[in-house]
Amino acid sequence: MLNDAILLVGITLMYSTPLVFGALGGVISERSGVVNIGIEGMMVIGAISAASASYFTQNPWIAFLVAGLCGAAVAALHALASVTFSANQTVSGVAINLLAPGIALFACRSFFDGAAMTPIVPKLPKIFGDNAFAGTIWANLNLNVTTVIALALALALWFVLYKTKWGLRVRAVGEHPAAADTLGIDVYRTRFICVLISGMFAGFGGASMTTAIISQFTQTAISGHGFIAMAAVIFGKWTPQGAYGACLLFGCTQALVVLLGGGNIVVPSQILAMLPYFMTIIVLVLFVGRSVAPKADGVPYIKGSR
Amino acid sequence: MNTLIRFLRKPIASAIVAVAVGFAVAAVVLAVAGFAPGRSFAALFQGALGRPKYIANVIIKATPILLTGVAVAFAYQTGLFNIGAEGQYIAGTIVATIVGVTFDFPAPIQILLVIVSGALAGALLGAFIGFLKARFGIHEVITSIMTNWIMLYLCNFIVSTDAFHKTNSTSAIPINPSGYTMVLPNWKRSEAGIEFLNNIPWLKDVLLKTDLNFGFLIAVAVAILAGILLARTELGYELRAVGHNRDAAHFAGINVEKNIILAMLISGTFCGLAGVLNITGISPHTITTIAAMEGYGFNGLSVAFIAGCSTVGCIPASLLFAGLIYGGMTVQQVMGAPSDIISIMIGTIVFFTALPGVMPLLADVIERRTASAGDPPAPHTEVPPELPAQDRAVRVDNGKGGEE
Repeated sequence: MLNDAILLVGITLMYSTPLVFGALGGVISERSGVVNIGIEGMMVIGAISAASASYFTQNPWIAFLVAGLCGAAVAALHALASVTFSANQTVSGVAINLLAPGIALFACRSFFDGAAMTPIVPKLPKIFGDNAFAGTIWANLNLNVTTVIALALALALWFVLYKTKWGLRVRAVGEHPAAADTLGIDVYRTRFICVLISGMFAGFGGASMTTAIISQFTQTAISGHGFIAMAAVIFGKWTPQGAYGACLLFGCTQALVVLLGGGNIVVPSQILAMLPYFMTIIVLVLFVGRSVAPKADGVPYIKGSR
Repeated sequence: MNTLIRFLRKPIASAIVAVAVGFAVAAVVLAVAGFAPGRSFAALFQGALGRPKYIANVIIKATPILLTGVAVAFAYQTGLFNIGAEGQYIAGTIVATIVGVTFDFPAPIQILLVIVSGALAGALLGAFIGFLKARFGIHEVITSIMTNWIMLYLCNFIVSTDAFHKTNSTSAIPINPSGYTMVLPNWKRSEAGIEFLNNIPWLKDVLLKTDLNFGFLIAVAVAILAGILLARTELGYELRAVGHNRDAAHFAGINVEKNIILAMLISGTFCGLAGVLNITGISPHTITTIAAMEGYGFNGLSVAFIAGCSTVGCIPASLLFAGLIYGGMTVQQVMGAPSDIISIMIGTIVFFTALPGVMPLLADVIERRTASAGDPPAPHTEVPPELPAQDRAVRVDNGKGGEE
C-alpha cells in the first residue's frame, strides 16, 4: 500500500512536470491578453534544442537554458504577429504548431544524418543524486530537478502576478488594455514580454521532457502535451496555482493508469488509457464549472479603437 | 494603379502573398541546408501534378482535410473553436468500420447506411462538446482536446477486439465491398474494363493506380452547402449572431444554448463525414492502430485559416495543402531534402494569412504615394490617421493630471 502510494506520487510528479511548464507559459500569455495555442509548438522546439544542445555541449544545464531561449525565439514570431501586427492570435498559434515540428525535424535530420531522433543525451540530475535509494521504493521519490524548478516557477509566477506592480499591470492589460493604456502602461510592450516569457517556459517544458524524462528527442517526445497544458490553463481558470493543480490532477490520473495497468485488472489497456481524459471532463462538470477568460484574451489591441 | 490598390484590399491578395512568402521562406531554408531550391520546387510540382495519377492522389488527399477544414471554418464563424475535428474524424472512421463490417446490404443502401452512421457519430461527439459548453460553460477547447484522445484510444480498442481484429495485423477487418465509394471499383478490374482503359492511358493511370472515389464531390457539395447555410438561411444568421455577440443574440430572442449545440453538431457531422469517406473511399478500408494524432483535424485548422474561414475557400485551400504534402514526398525522394520542409512552408503560409491587415495597409501606402505624386486620389474610404483625435486628447489630459 505504502509502495503504491509512493509510486503514485512519483509518477504523478514526473508526468505533470512538462505540462506545468507549458501551462505556466499559457497562463502568463493569456493573462496579458494573448491566446497562445502555439504552446505545443514551442515545447517541440524546446525539446529538440535541449536534446541537441545537450548532445553537443554535454552539459544538460546549458541545454535547459538554450531550450528556454529557443522557445522564446519562436514565441517572438507569435508576439510579432499577434501583438505588433494585431493578427488573429489563434491562427498565428496554429501556424506556430505547424512550423515548429517542421523546423524541429528538419533540424534533427540536418544535425544527426537524416535521423528523426537524437542519440541518447546527458540528463539533468535528480534531486538526491542519480543513484540515491537505487533499488528501493524510495527511488521513485528521487525526483527530477525539473520538477522542483517547475514548482518554484509556479510559485514565482503567482507572486509576480498577484504581489508585484508589474503583475498588476499584466493583468490590467489582459482585462482592459485601453484603460491600462490611459494610465501610461505600454500595452504592446507588456504583451510582447509576456509572450516571450510564455515561449521560454514552454521551451523549458520541452527540455524537461528530453533532458530529464526520456533523454533524447523523438518525433513523439512532445505529442499533445502543449494542448493538455492549454486545457490545464483553462481548467485552472487562468491562474498559476490553478493550472499547477490541473496538471497535477492530470499527472495523477496518468499515474493511476500506469498503476492499474500493472495489476491484474481485466480492463483493456486502451480503455484504461482514456481515464485521464474522462476524469478531466468529469471533474470539470462536477466541480469546476464555468470558466471566465481574461476579458481581453484573444483580442488584438489597436490603439485608439473603442 | 487603382486596380492594384483595389486588388490589394481583397482577401485573396493576402492569401496569394502568404503563399509566395511560404515558398520564399522554404527556398531560403533549403538553400541554407544545401539543397537547390529551384530543383526542389520543380520536384514538388512534378510530384503533385506531373502525372494524372498524382493529380488524382492530390484530390484524394484533399477530401478529408477539405471536410475538416469546412467543419473548423463553420464552427469558427459561429464563434466556436473546433480543435476536436480530429476526434470527430476518428469517431466517423470507427463507426463506419463497425457498420461496414457488420452489415452487408446491396451497394446503394450499404453506402448510405455507412455514410449516415459515420457522419452521425461525428455529429454526436460534436454535439456532446457543444452541450458541455452550453449547459456547464466548459470551454470547447478542453473537451475537444480530451475527446480527441478518448477517440484515439477507442479506435485502438476497437481494432484490438476479437470481433473486429484482423489476425496478424495492426488493423481491423476491412468493411464489406458493398460499401466502397470508388469510381467503378469492379468494372475497372474486369477484363472489359482493362481492355477499354488500355486505349486511354491517362484514365487507366488514374483509375487503376489510385483509389479515385466520389468523396471529393461530396466534400465540395458540403463546402458549398455550408456556405449557403451560413450566409443565406435564418439558421445560419442565428448561428453567426450567437458567435458574434452572445448577449446581443440572447437579447434578440435567439436561443443561445441550442445554437451552440447545433453549431458543434453540424461541424462534427462534417468531420464524421471526412472519416467515413476515407474508410469507404480508400484502402485499406478500415481503421488501424494509431500511435499519435494523424493530423486530419489539425490540417483542417490550417486549411480553414488559409481559406480565411470561408467554407467555399476551403476547396482551393485543401487542394493546395494536399498538393504540397503529396508533392513534398517527391522532394524527399528526388532531392533527399527532408519532407519536413513542407511543414515549414505550410506553417509560414498560415502564419502570413494571420496577418490580413498588412495588404490593405500596403494599399493605403501606395494610395498616399500616388496621391502626393499628383495623380487624382483613388475614390476610396478615408485612411484613418495613426493616432485618432480622442486618443490624443486622452494623452494630453493624462499629462495634465500628472502635473496637478
